[in-house]
Amino acid sequence: MSLEKFLNQAVSSWMNEEGPSSEIVLSTRIRLARNHRKYAFPTVFTKEEARAVAEEVSAAVHKADERLEVLKMEELQGLEKRVLVEKHLISPNLAEDSGASAVWLSDDEEISIMVNEEDHLRIQCLFPGLQLKEALNKALQLDDAIEQHCDYAFDEQLGYLTTCPTNVGTGLRASVMMHLPGLMMTHQMNRIIPAIGQFGLVARGIYGEGSEALGNIFQISNQTTLGKSEEDIVEDLQRVVDQIIAQEKSAREALVKASGIQLEDRVFRSYGTLRYSRVLESKEAAKCLSDVRLGIDLGFIENVSRSILNELMILTQPGFLQQYAGGFLRPVERDMRRASLIRERLEMEEKKDKGGSEI
Amino acid sequence: MHFTKVMNGQKTEVHLCDSCAQDKGEAFMSDDSAFSFNNLLAGLLNVSPVMQPSQPQKPEREPVKCSHCQMTFQQFLKIGKFGCPSCYESFRDELPPILKRLHSGNTTHQGKLPERQGGTIHLKRKVTELRAELKSLIEEEEFERAATVRDQIRVMEKEIRGEGGSQS
Repeated sequence: MSLEKFLNQAVSSWMNEEGPSSEIVLSTRIRLARNHRKYAFPTVFTKEEARAVAEEVSAAVHKADERLEVLKMEELQGLEKRVLVEKHLISPNLAEDSGASAVWLSDDEEISIMVNEEDHLRIQCLFPGLQLKEALNKALQLDDAIEQHCDYAFDEQLGYLTTCPTNVGTGLRASVMMHLPGLMMTHQMNRIIPAIGQFGLVARGIYGEGSEALGNIFQISNQTTLGKSEEDIVEDLQRVVDQIIAQEKSAREALVKASGIQLEDRVFRSYGTLRYSRVLESKEAAKCLSDVRLGIDLGFIENVSRSILNELMILTQPGFLQQYAGGFLRPVERDMRRASLIRERLEMEEKKDKGGSEI
Repeated sequence: MHFTKVMNGQKTEVHLCDSCAQDKGEAFMSDDSAFSFNNLLAGLLNVSPVMQPSQPQKPEREPVKCSHCQMTFQQFLKIGKFGCPSCYESFRDELPPILKRLHSGNTTHQGKLPERQGGTIHLKRKVTELRAELKSLIEEEEFERAATVRDQIRVMEKEIRGEGGSQS
């Protein structure tokens, strides 16, 4: 398969389109947890109950939006599921369980609705850039449409009842994926992470283990789901994200002022590594992709699309590399594949820049 | 940073440097971490002063159990997840301290209501809002407008009583 064809199939719109504030915010995700009132939660339900839930809930989803298409977990190969996880369309949890669980996807992959994950229903909307209100409205609209055909577990005092008490109330998790190289280089994240905790929010790295934050990519999301309206939760998050954006911008300005040439050097060394390496581990790839993306944002590198960071962070995960290769790869083979995929992708950018006049 | 966790009589000692402790602190909310939320919930609540001295005279009281799915409150603490929607009703008296801890002191839903099933809850909320409006109108001596609001409230309360009767 050619890289271009692979990309066409692999890249969802939220990965390569530019949204508001996309120089710092890569994507926005809204998730609503809902359950059917009649059935036990996935924690304890029997196989028969699981089937019944899947049937009833899926029928409601289908009626709510007929354009959505279903993928049943039991019918998917391990690698296919892994790719869906790497695209953030399903959770690792859902991929592991091949019982009566499924995911409903929209064509552009902005909507994904998981059936029988931790809750009976997980409604997800993924948008490019910073679009909290837009994504929330979309999710709430879907929620209303599904509720027309499904009796939700709801309590007057506690709100939407969820399997885990951390989600009860609104069942809402709003998260924003941010690229924060400036704050990392100026060692400010250690100060920011505890500070945002005081607002009921949490920041964590989404690539890499623990809070390592590969590629300087952080996910900021709300922790509390009870006691605030959906709009307030999203507004509070928006306010904090706006502040982090402002601080990241001033960190970048300060870096350019204080050590412009060193920064430029770092950016181009990383570009060179991506452009010419033959073996590339995920950690190094993430670091270089983050540098190059910063270089694009600061104007050091022209004619390379910004979406390259978001896109390649996902496409160079093990599942995607193996899908591209068409089979299982050993770790060292993955590192070779990763290097060649990134090389080819950058070559595509160069060709695109020359307007196809040269070969 | 050192701490000892005792769960079900099993003692685990943990030693972390400050930055790792911070890392683990953030990581425990994710499902796949060893510091899973479940461990934390059970750990916190088993030693919590809220749970223990509250029933000093009945040390061996009946275990609280969900009438629908039979999950006990102890099981819930252990796995950190409920068995079914009815668990919330069955454990209602035990939940406030847990919810307060998880949701910055909050125990009452302020968000959206299900459009179709919301039924009288929509009206009840509206009545609460109107009552507040009525109070401030009276304080401002806007008696004519207050009377209109009062009538609106009466109509809605009638509706709530009527629907409540026919539904259950």
